Amino acid sequence: MKHLLGMRFLEREEIEAILDQAEAFKEILERPIKKVPTLRGKSVANLFFEPSTRTKLSFEMAAKRLSADTVGISKTTSSVVKGEDLIDTVKNIKAMKTDCFVIRHASSGAPHMIARHLDCPVINAGDGTNEHPTQALLDCLTIKERFGDFKGLNVVVVGDILHSRVARSDLMALTKLGATCSVSGPATMLPPYVEEVLGAKRIYDIKEAVREADCIICLRIQRERLGDLPLFPSVREYASFFGIFPEVLEYAPPESVIMHPGPINRGVELDPGLADSDRSLILDQVTNGVAVRMAVLVMLLAQNN
Amino acid sequence: MLDILFKNCTIIDPFNRVETKADLLIEGGRITGLERDITPRDGIKTINLQGRWVVPGLVDIHTHLREPGEEYKETILTGLKSAVAGGFTTVCAMPNTRPPNDSASVTRFIIGRARECNLGRVLPVATITKAQKGTELTEFGDLLSAGAVAFSDDGLPVKNSRIMRLALEYALNFDALIISHSEDLELARHGVMNEGRMSTTLGLMGIPNAAEDIQVYRDVRLAETTGARLHIAHVSTKEAVEIIRSAKRRGVRVTCETAPHYFSLTEEAVEGYNTLAKMNPPLRTEEDREAIIEGLRDGTIDCIATDHAPHSTLEKECEFEKAANGIIGLETAVPLGLRLVKKGVLSPMQLVELMTVGPCKVIGLEKGGVRPGELADLTVIDPECAFHVTPQNLCSKSHNSPFLGETLEGRAVITLFEGRCVFDLHGMVS
Ligand SMILES: [Zn+2]
Repeated sequence: MKHLLGMRFLEREEIEAILDQAEAFKEILERPIKKVPTLRGKSVANLFFEPSTRTKLSFEMAAKRLSADTVGISKTTSSVVKGEDLIDTVKNIKAMKTDCFVIRHASSGAPHMIARHLDCPVINAGDGTNEHPTQALLDCLTIKERFGDFKGLNVVVVGDILHSRVARSDLMALTKLGATCSVSGPATMLPPYVEEVLGAKRIYDIKEAVREADCIICLRIQRERLGDLPLFPSVREYASFFGIFPEVLEYAPPESVIMHPGPINRGVELDPGLADSDRSLILDQVTNGVAVRMAVLVMLLAQNN
Repeated sequence: MLDILFKNCTIIDPFNRVETKADLLIEGGRITGLERDITPRDGIKTINLQGRWVVPGLVDIHTHLREPGEEYKETILTGLKSAVAGGFTTVCAMPNTRPPNDSASVTRFIIGRARECNLGRVLPVATITKAQKGTELTEFGDLLSAGAVAFSDDGLPVKNSRIMRLALEYALNFDALIISHSEDLELARHGVMNEGRMSTTLGLMGIPNAAEDIQVYRDVRLAETTGARLHIAHVSTKEAVEIIRSAKRRGVRVTCETAPHYFSLTEEAVEGYNTLAKMNPPLRTEEDREAIIEGLRDGTIDCIATDHAPHSTLEKECEFEKAANGIIGLETAVPLGLRLVKKGVLSPMQLVELMTVGPCKVIGLEKGGVRPGELADLTVIDPECAFHVTPQNLCSKSHNSPFLGETLEGRAVITLFEGRCVFDLHGMVS
């Protein structure tokens, strides 16, 4: 593994290795002094060309726990906003002797392009409507912790699959690990060939979709992603036909769990009470995010030594 | 003026329906002999063209020369150099320049610049609507008098169906040709590649076939309603081929073209967010590619046009979504066409027809072909010559080709225009 550009490029064994490594790091996170010297002297550049708070924080935290130095830019401070060429920007930062790049960008494929131009590891922290591999890894870790195994596990992803990089990475990772996946949501937000390409069955009726689901991954309904034309009639209608509420959960197996990549629109895609209930794994996801990102950083940078 | 004797040529001339092995004598730039065995007169330069084709100078009815306005991408001079290196002696210049060719003065400027370059024939296409805004028709009569050969808002469709109808109707007064860039902009909106397996694989927004098909059908129906002449540019979908096939059967005055990339590549070429495979209409699926080839075979598609669209690295070495649409095509059209001949899909005569008689009929251009008395306007094609597609080997000012780095087989090696040698790859003539 030279870069982490997407789950698409990872073999099952590689995913499992990252999850194992992350589990080992979780133990460190439980210690009173949550820091190891593994990446001392390494510098990680967090380049967030698109606004993000959680993922950026999580990556910074992960790097610091490993004693790496971090520098970062976020959308407001970035010169890319002023129209500077993306490749120029990263080459300049690379020239300051950076060991690893973490890239969040609004264009699908931007980290891939950067990786082609740099001879150091690039981690995709979310590119356009393409992938968000570390989110998929933390979701997989969370599921693994709860269920132990992916074999025979049913996962349904609900929401805007078409524009969701989380959904795409989750589906690719989970199917590789052996889970059975399906997608549900407004048909205007389900991509073409989703079954063939992402291995997920389309189920139009949400009650039907949760019927056998061990795990329900709710996606944030991002109004800003919809552009000029809403893809569903109203938030109210979304909530009543595609939101995960106790009435819907009645159709799901009693031991099924709920996940969400955050931030939640409470009352839209997810019931406010359910988000905080014991069926929710949402805070486990956040904790696992740091562990998984530590694992990825170590695996990419240790190889590079 | 040129005096030369080409021995042992394979003459392929669809204008005169001739396919034969012969010697070709050119004196004072004019074809003076076409016979089985011509004895060279004293002092005349003689070249053995064994294994090579001599065909009428190729015609491309869809070229973006970028001048005026975007000379950093291409100029009329570099575009013509690229054309003749690809075997084309005639190109139709698309009007989406800056300013667009929507007035007789721009048309005259293009013709004047081309004349100064003196390498090949440039036939300007003017816009259908003023500034390509889709609201008011341009002065068709005036533009035709200045030398325009057709009208197109290429790059953009004429969105308003009533304006398209008016254009077709008004064209009747001049028997003018309307060229349609058929795209439903609303359906295509946000799309950056074909909608299908690859767009889902790459997480890019797609443009469905329907965006093209719907507009092709609209324009075909309007041509039928008005009785005007319509030409559909860059057909890329299997459904569009079928719509045009059935319209032709009904007697609608519709013609169409496809570009070499639509019969050579599919959406798979976008893998790796390859901006050199980004174009509009987008590369489609294998099923579409096969339907395009069938359309070329059965005559539904009248001609091969390059849609030569030069862009600098500024527009291509960037994020896929930001990258400009289009690829250069003049220099790779012949080798890509030859692939179809080598696969046995097209006969040599069919291929040459699609690049000469076909486009001439569409725009109503009279050419004589390879026959005694004509001023030499010929292309020599070596079907075996290896062509490494590298920036150094391309004559266009831009190098945005998805075939960059590949070695193609076959290409134009000599191009004669108005009795002069304008391209001579191996320095055989001069
Ligand atoms: Zn066009």
